[in-house]
Amino acid sequence: MALSCSLNRYLLLMAQEHLEFRLPEIKSLLSLFGGQFTSNQETYGKSPFWILSIPSEDIARNLMKRTVCAKSIFELWGHGKSPEELYSSLKNYPAEKMALEFLPFEGKVNLKKPQHIFSILEDYGLDPNCIPENPHNIYFGRWIADGQRELIESYSVKKRHFIGNTSMDAGLSFIMANHGKVKENDIVFDPFVGTGGLLIASAHFGAYVCGTDIDYNTVHGLGKASRKNQKWRGPDENIRANLRQYGLEKYYLDVLVSDASKPSWRKGTYFDAIITDPPYGIRESTRRTGSQKEIPKGIEKCPESHVPVSLSYHLSDMFFDLLNFAAETLVLGGRLVYWLPVYTPEYTEEMVPWHPCLQLISNCEQKLSSHTSRRLITMEKVKTFENRDQYSHLLSDHFLPYQGHNSFREKYFSGVTKRIAKEEKCSQE
Amino acid sequence: MKLLTHNLLSSHVRGVGPRGFPLRLQATEVRINPVEFNPEFVARMIPKVEWAALLEAADTVRTLPHARARPEWGGGRGRSHRRPGSLARVGMPRGDLGLCPQLHLVEVPKEPIEGYEHDEKFLRKMHHVLLEVDVLEGTLQCPESGRLFPISRGIPNMLLSDEETET
Repeated sequence: MALSCSLNRYLLLMAQEHLEFRLPEIKSLLSLFGGQFTSNQETYGKSPFWILSIPSEDIARNLMKRTVCAKSIFELWGHGKSPEELYSSLKNYPAEKMALEFLPFEGKVNLKKPQHIFSILEDYGLDPNCIPENPHNIYFGRWIADGQRELIESYSVKKRHFIGNTSMDAGLSFIMANHGKVKENDIVFDPFVGTGGLLIASAHFGAYVCGTDIDYNTVHGLGKASRKNQKWRGPDENIRANLRQYGLEKYYLDVLVSDASKPSWRKGTYFDAIITDPPYGIRESTRRTGSQKEIPKGIEKCPESHVPVSLSYHLSDMFFDLLNFAAETLVLGGRLVYWLPVYTPEYTEEMVPWHPCLQLISNCEQKLSSHTSRRLITMEKVKTFENRDQYSHLLSDHFLPYQGHNSFREKYFSGVTKRIAKEEKCSQE
Repeated sequence: MKLLTHNLLSSHVRGVGPRGFPLRLQATEVRINPVEFNPEFVARMIPKVEWAALLEAADTVRTLPHARARPEWGGGRGRSHRRPGSLARVGMPRGDLGLCPQLHLVEVPKEPIEGYEHDEKFLRKMHHVLLEVDVLEGTLQCPESGRLFPISRGIPNMLLSDEETET
């Protein structure tokens, strides 16, 4: 019994960042490489030490080639709450699993080019202000591989040629690609592509990428720059150039100027993943094209090649369109990964958009302010899409709970307006 | 715009539905863009391609009298001073944009051959047609309504206006 428990057990040392996003990332990656998430550990919560069973070292190594949430992985040889427990746990580790020439550690020590690296990890808990004298847990294992956290620095938005006001932080863009189970030779699509930040992460993992955006200037790389001290965008500022910066230009398929609420793709399933960050109406406006009748008086028409008519695009309509589009164009088993802005005081799980063809895989919160947050929603297509019209009436009821968020912009700023009003009142007194 | 993308695009003018595919391509400027050959990716794309539409598009690009082809400029290695979409004159005599003698557009096979996944010659032809032909300037026309969607700097603009919008 004890023997079988200690076979193929690994210790993951996780980074203490984006805590809620870590488990879905690891689970998605394990399933991508033919493993399955199995663990005896009860909860993961905030701990950086995760013990899990992985069928083979190959799968463990593949996992580490993708994860930005895990720092390192060790083949776990023993652990305990005290050195004595650790020692007896080590004694139970099957001798034949330890590389023979190291029994009991008889091989030569070579600090410069070691064949194997062993580590002891001590867990002193999570409170930096209250560090115990003795560690809560001690782990011993053979180091296998490190994760991809260095990508966060090498792909940093600070160094990127072409950015926008809301370009995604590099770490999160890789997490999104991992939640989306992006793999080599996939086609990944972003319907709100902006400056293409999310496409870069997918291209790094070997997928071919394309995107659309309603904003002509952004797609063409024209207009005002988003960097401080820079007025206009330069010639090397466009999505293709961003991919070229990282040597990923061969993965660039195309970008188009298009309205995501009126997609111009033919019927069929050709996207392996749709990974996107739709506008929330705060720092980028939500827009769609519309007919003359729908415009209230006073809204101007934009020049010819740009958006002919801009209507406010209700957030609930936008997600309705997005899910329907994903359900229709994703391959079976393909994933949709997107951010859902929520007004925290009113949020309930029922608000997460739903579709009969898509199964909810994960829902991870990132706080934006005291009363707003955004949730990274991952869904997987599990059922073939039958007919466009069939879903319209079904879905409208399901999106009603979210419609309160259509005034997300007002609610986001409500904290600010209240404070300003209060300050003005105080200064008047 | 690559021919692979063109193969997936359809007109969404109101009332047109599935008759909006394929968009009729008219190219006035085309660039041949070397892209690293990846047989696995090309093989994955073959089942997704609407063959008749691809043949038609490749034909228009090849036979259009005003089509101009130019090799990829900059080599894609950090030549950041080149403006994307500008008429780069790499390898061409100044002021002479003239017709390129050949588009190097290989004959597109009439249909996928059996065992195409392992046929490198076939896959290389398809790779060239689907991924290396880049339409820089031109139009896409809805076959049903006649509405034109412009392509500029390699980017199609699919935005509709006013009454054209599908409800």
